[in-house]
Amino acid sequence: MRWSLILGATLAGLALIAAALSWVWTPYDVTQMAIADKLKPPSAAHWLGTDHFGRDILSMIMVGARTSIAVAVVAVGIGMGIGVPLGLIAAANRGSWLDEIIMRGNDLVFAFPSLVIAILITAALGPSAVNAIIAIGIFNIPVFARVTRAGAMPLWTLDYIRAAEVAGKRATRISVEHILPNIANLLIVQGTIQFSLGILAEAGLSYVGLGAQPPTPSWGRMLAEAQTMVTLAPHVAIIPGLAIIITVLGLNLLGDGLRDALDPRLREGR
Amino acid sequence: MIRISDLSVSIHGRAVLHDVDLELAPGQVTGLVGESGSGKSMTALAIMGLLPRGAALSGQIELDGHNLTDLPEVEYCAIRGQRIGMIFQEPMSALNPLMTIGDQVAEALILRQDMPREKALEAARDRLDRVGLAAPRFPLTLYPHELSGGQRQRVAIAIAIAQRPDLLIADEPTTALDVTTQARILDLLVGLVRDEGMALLLITHDLAVVAGVADQVAVMQEGRIVEAAPARTLFQRQSHPYTRQLFAASRHQPPQVDHQATAPLLQVQDAVREYTLPRPAPLQPHPVLRAVDGVSLTIAEGESVGLIGESGCGKSTLTRAVLGLEPLQQGRVLLDGAEVRAGRAMPAEMRARMQVVFQDPFGSFDPRWRVERLVAEPFHLTGRPRNWRERVAEALAEVGIDPHAMRRYIHEFSGGQRQRIAIARALIIRPRLIVLDEAVSALDVRVRAQVLDLLARLRKDHGLAYLFISHDLSVVRQITDRVLIMDKGKVVESGLTSVVMATPRHPTTRRLIEATPQIPADWLPDQITDSSSPLGIGPATS
Repeated sequence: MRWSLILGATLAGLALIAAALSWVWTPYDVTQMAIADKLKPPSAAHWLGTDHFGRDILSMIMVGARTSIAVAVVAVGIGMGIGVPLGLIAAANRGSWLDEIIMRGNDLVFAFPSLVIAILITAALGPSAVNAIIAIGIFNIPVFARVTRAGAMPLWTLDYIRAAEVAGKRATRISVEHILPNIANLLIVQGTIQFSLGILAEAGLSYVGLGAQPPTPSWGRMLAEAQTMVTLAPHVAIIPGLAIIITVLGLNLLGDGLRDALDPRLREGR
Repeated sequence: MIRISDLSVSIHGRAVLHDVDLELAPGQVTGLVGESGSGKSMTALAIMGLLPRGAALSGQIELDGHNLTDLPEVEYCAIRGQRIGMIFQEPMSALNPLMTIGDQVAEALILRQDMPREKALEAARDRLDRVGLAAPRFPLTLYPHELSGGQRQRVAIAIAIAQRPDLLIADEPTTALDVTTQARILDLLVGLVRDEGMALLLITHDLAVVAGVADQVAVMQEGRIVEAAPARTLFQRQSHPYTRQLFAASRHQPPQVDHQATAPLLQVQDAVREYTLPRPAPLQPHPVLRAVDGVSLTIAEGESVGLIGESGCGKSTLTRAVLGLEPLQQGRVLLDGAEVRAGRAMPAEMRARMQVVFQDPFGSFDPRWRVERLVAEPFHLTGRPRNWRERVAEALAEVGIDPHAMRRYIHEFSGGQRQRIAIARALIIRPRLIVLDEAVSALDVRVRAQVLDLLARLRKDHGLAYLFISHDLSVVRQITDRVLIMDKGKVVESGLTSVVMATPRHPTTRRLIEATPQIPADWLPDQITDSSSPLGIGPATS
């Protein structure tokens, strides 16, 4: 389905543009409080209204997008950077003790409830955006290791890999030259999905106060601060909630669309 | 009785079938012969009403006088299976791995004929007995993975004939099987046609297969039936030039290369390769499979040696050991007197003396690399010379591929072209031995003839030695000086190819030779003309 790709790219692009724009321009300064204007509904002056300190919500959403995306990008980067090589090594040594150690280690990380461990890490190292990144990144490693290994295993049985072996190439070189380019689309699709999960995880950590610290705006903390006032000024809670939903939905649709577009087995779609 | 008239099919506006006429009478075997892409399978799918999306069909497919082409899908479903059954090339993927064979045969009976399960299973038992999977050895509770390829194809046949259809369509039913299994499956199919009065449409690219079993033969080219006649008539008097080209190609004999006895190049001495299998039960010892059991062989400089055996006889394992991809447990492999070792232990300079061409022209190349990089890959062993692009162009020109194709990707080439590119890749570092692992098995007859000619020429020009691995005796006969027959990990017979073929001594050899499909000698036309070029350039008229 072509539309999921377009819709997904549009929604995810919206968040990306908001984040990029926030570097150079926001309607108001996000640290600037104006108690007199607190909890204003959307208006011409404040398009998305103001929060309980009178800060402009649109500006906070824009800067919050930056936080969310930065955390998710680095977390996916950590996951790919460590997980993909591990998966390639496991597949190249399939059936050996090395494969066992890597994959059982993955199972071990998988077995821990990820958010609980993230809370543990931030509790031990202190809450900050950096620690949230590390916590989320660690849990991306086994995901990428598994996807990589699963994608690489069937390739290792193919004749062109045999031909490369006959050409005297070692497993490392074959993994980089032949295996990696052929599983790139798998990794891109998984990347977008992990990216959206990263945004959700960051929002979750910020919601319980373990992510980015004030005054840096963050969607999760905006939600947490707004929840006591939800009857008074519902838009203060609804708007960051919508921002999270739209971005995550957009990324998931993008991932689905990319899978359809990149996977030749699904391209014809009978 | 199925009558197809004026059947034309186009897919997204591109015509794939033109005015196909076929009559499939009960108790008759009709062979539909043609090269890949000629429209054979599309004809079968049209009869089954399973054309891909975007297909437009015109003409009639009549079953007992009723036209099927404008039936709604729901009614067509009732015809499929009940009136028309079909079996496919790949017995591995045609069965559901999670269902027992009994349930798979009974499934259609329960669904379509509202049979209670017990009765359907009884019927399934009867059908499986009929296809040669008799009760005590093959209970209904077996799963597909517990069966061999030939046995799975029998299950597929049992499913297809479960509802006693009027027409059975077999699309390359034996192409994935080795010769002895092929012969048994063909016997079974013909027996079913005779006993049950079915019509059989046998689709194949192999003329020799139809020669043995078909009552009439239709030859297809580019979506048209160019010639149709009773089998014997067609084999004796081919009126269409294309048919003549096909026949010439299937009998084509590549030029002989004289070979003088010289120093041994490759020596395999008492090679043993064992695999440990999973324990049958906890705490029991691992059973051991001896895939290669004390094999010795020698290939001299410039010699072409064939290695023949059924699937599972150990020939592929031996090949991997020869290429230094897998270690041996006992014995050794010597190349020019130096020992071949698996993995890192083998120096690059030594690896460079051996190259390989694989069976599958589609799996042999990385789809994301350009041809120039693919062909140049073996330079990894020797260091890439500065003029590597020229060398690639040279190698491509030598195998008859336009050097301008260097910048293209592999999916832009046909199967035969890919196999040539594979040979170019093997040649690029000028090895002395090329291992050809079923290298022409997947090719159409005309392309196969071209590739065999090419191999013969390269051997003559470069003094190459070949190790030619195959289950197909007719090909091995054409291109090898000596031949070894393998069975259950052992070499059971060896000798000059002509001698072994003429006077086989070992039962395995005899079985293989008997099973090889052949066009009966007295069917062949008298005037075998070499003027009919297998290259198929222009019609060859006599």
